Amino acid sequence: MAKKKTEKSVMDRIAEANKPVTTGVDEKDIKQWVMIYIMGRGYKVPADLTILTAMEFAGYRFVRGVGCRQGFCGACGTVYRKAGEYKLQTGLACQTRVEDGMYLVQIPFSPAKKPIYNIQKEPYDVSVLLKYFPEIARCVSCNTCSKACPQDIETMDYIQCALRGDFEELAEISFDCIRCGLCAMRCPAEIVQYNVGQLGRRMYGRYGLKKPEHLKVRIKELEAKKFDKELDVLEKASKEKLVELYAARVREKD
Amino acid sequence: MAEKYIEGYPEYMYKLIQKVHKTRSKRKDYVPEAMTPEEREDVLQYHPDFAKGGKRKLKIGVNKGDIAPDEVVDLIEAYPLIGKKDVDLSRVDYSPEILIIGGGLAGTSAAIWANMMGVKAEKILLTNKLRHGDANSIMAEGGTQAADRENDSPAKHFIDTIGGGHFTNKPDVVRALVSDAPVIMDWLCDLGALLDQEDNGEFVEKWGGGTSIKRMHSCADYTGLEELRVIKDEFENRQIPVIEHYPVIELLTDGNKVTGAVLWNLETGEYKIVKSKVVIMATGGFGRLHIRGFPTTNHYGATYDGVVLSYHAGAKLIDTDTVQYHPTGAAYPVQIIGFLLTEKLRSSGAQPVNIDGNSFVFPLEPRDVEASAIIKECYVKNKGVNTPTGLRGVWLDTPLIEVKNGEGYIDKAFPGMKRMYERFGIDMVKNPVLIFPTLHYQNGGVEIDPWSRTSVEGLYAAGEVAGGIHGKNRLMGNSTLGTMVFGRRAGIDAAKFVKKTKSWGKLTLNHVDKYVKMLKDAKIKTDRRAPIILPEYRGKAALARMIDVF
Repeated sequence: MAKKKTEKSVMDRIAEANKPVTTGVDEKDIKQWVMIYIMGRGYKVPADLTILTAMEFAGYRFVRGVGCRQGFCGACGTVYRKAGEYKLQTGLACQTRVEDGMYLVQIPFSPAKKPIYNIQKEPYDVSVLLKYFPEIARCVSCNTCSKACPQDIETMDYIQCALRGDFEELAEISFDCIRCGLCAMRCPAEIVQYNVGQLGRRMYGRYGLKKPEHLKVRIKELEAKKFDKELDVLEKASKEKLVELYAARVREKD
Repeated sequence: MAEKYIEGYPEYMYKLIQKVHKTRSKRKDYVPEAMTPEEREDVLQYHPDFAKGGKRKLKIGVNKGDIAPDEVVDLIEAYPLIGKKDVDLSRVDYSPEILIIGGGLAGTSAAIWANMMGVKAEKILLTNKLRHGDANSIMAEGGTQAADRENDSPAKHFIDTIGGGHFTNKPDVVRALVSDAPVIMDWLCDLGALLDQEDNGEFVEKWGGGTSIKRMHSCADYTGLEELRVIKDEFENRQIPVIEHYPVIELLTDGNKVTGAVLWNLETGEYKIVKSKVVIMATGGFGRLHIRGFPTTNHYGATYDGVVLSYHAGAKLIDTDTVQYHPTGAAYPVQIIGFLLTEKLRSSGAQPVNIDGNSFVFPLEPRDVEASAIIKECYVKNKGVNTPTGLRGVWLDTPLIEVKNGEGYIDKAFPGMKRMYERFGIDMVKNPVLIFPTLHYQNGGVEIDPWSRTSVEGLYAAGEVAGGIHGKNRLMGNSTLGTMVFGRRAGIDAAKFVKKTKSWGKLTLNHVDKYVKMLKDAKIKTDRRAPIILPEYRGKAALARMIDVF
């Protein structure tokens, strides 16, 4: 009995400690407050929240401008300015801590054009990028796109790679792109950088990288039904047999 | 505040980190041994699934008597959002042959494969609760399993998977998973996905917890992001119709088989009626239910909608009693509590370490075992580190990764992780990070067969919403794999099904009437309604003064 009691309290203690992130912070627990301005209107919010959670604290329920909440999906691009500064900054609402005197607005959607193509039929050279994105030739190298990127990608550099037809370098530089669209929204030349990066990376993956030989061999083996008999046996095996096979596994060397 | 911070940590935590630095060289070549089956059994008593309380039996429906977490039962035993009186089913807005609900890896793959099998793009419709691509898929960091090396085989993958699931997985479904895995890798290569390769042109393949062979493929620590953005781009090029911010609030049936769905505009509140021959449910999992009060790695929209809707329509569920807690969620700083730290960190050499600087568990146990060992270390052995917000955690010794793999490795292999910590002033190359288990995955779900078919005609399920694949515990790298394998299979089989099915079924909400009657017969009195669509995180003070006047 005594043991069970401990277990229950462990779960309760874990739940209690997690309350700030599962059901929201309690006002009485807040030690430090800051003032933020959501589309111009001031709200007093706890200092250790992100822009996203601070807006929720203030009473906003998101249906736009929110997605994974962990910096992977690019739904919560936000433009802000700090009090006393003239500079507009960009960031992800879910990954940026609020600061006192922050003026902010979310940009949850970019009305950018996405060209239609079939990568199986396109030539692996610079012409494919110029055909679908002729506007890249208008890049004035102002670097505003790179400055806007919440992933700190050297966006302008990969657009230059696109102009040179350097797919490998383009893929490497643009790889961490989460397609939030902030680069395109800031670009004076109307380039949709993240779509250029997408086509470039797919072309490099399809034509620049070779499909591994061991994969090709395995596909042929599957087509020849090489593993069917073994799997027939496993599929029908008793639990006891499977337990035995599981225990007998030999771990590959590190 | 007066609190002094050093390298992103409060001073007292920074002092404790020095113990981790001190023991590193000793731990480099010493790792605790993997547990025996008996030791695993013993430590699992600390797993939230087995700890007392927090769950109960389902009182109604096909799975009556099965056990599930309270948060899940609360949604099953809740009244539907709409009834016959609320909607006009005579005016149909869309009539695709195949309706896909959810645009993560599973739903998007299903659409592409249905199209490749000859279903015209305009005969497919993909609907999303938020944006197309807003899904847990995009947050998958570590990788995708596939047995494609000479020393590996689908059979070895099968045994690892079914053993990891405690022999409760459906064998025929596991067979589909492991046999198709190399096919999926081949498809990803053809689509131009950038899978990590060694200098010799082979795939980089790493350990996953609970596997006997290194077969985890990755795209740095943005695996799901790369897979999804490539597959979504392919989907867009095929010009398959898609609607966003339109969650499904109820399925439609002819009384038995599924014949369509009611969509609801998240911004305007207007509903739309869809008539279809097939519905593919690909709505993901339930992390946002915060089961047992745990934080989650999951997407904002992971609220169990797909299972609730399928259950209304009479679909059978499986393995509702287990939940996957990822061993390594962030425990500090507060802004990232519960966020995922990929298992690949441990397969690259990072070790869990306690407050004294000692390692206490083999780093690559199956997830339920590893998570239990961490909970035990923190709350039973009291060897955890307390954070300023009251959470406990243990260290994940990330600097050890570079000791083992060379300088600069973290930058190359974990750009996403490194960036996340840098945003909060922490350098994971130099210092360890604090972790605690976090709610990660819905092991069970709507039961499927090897072709993603559910027990209800016209209803398929793929991805996390589907059950049977992983049994009672999923292995790393089998989730992204499962989404694409069963998404593809759903698309292929649905294409065959719509070709041979000439007639369209009647649109009714009779199943909802039946469901409400079941609730009443079981004397379930509640004002709970489901699906919930989105979680509630608004501030309590603001909510308390909100009034509805407009």
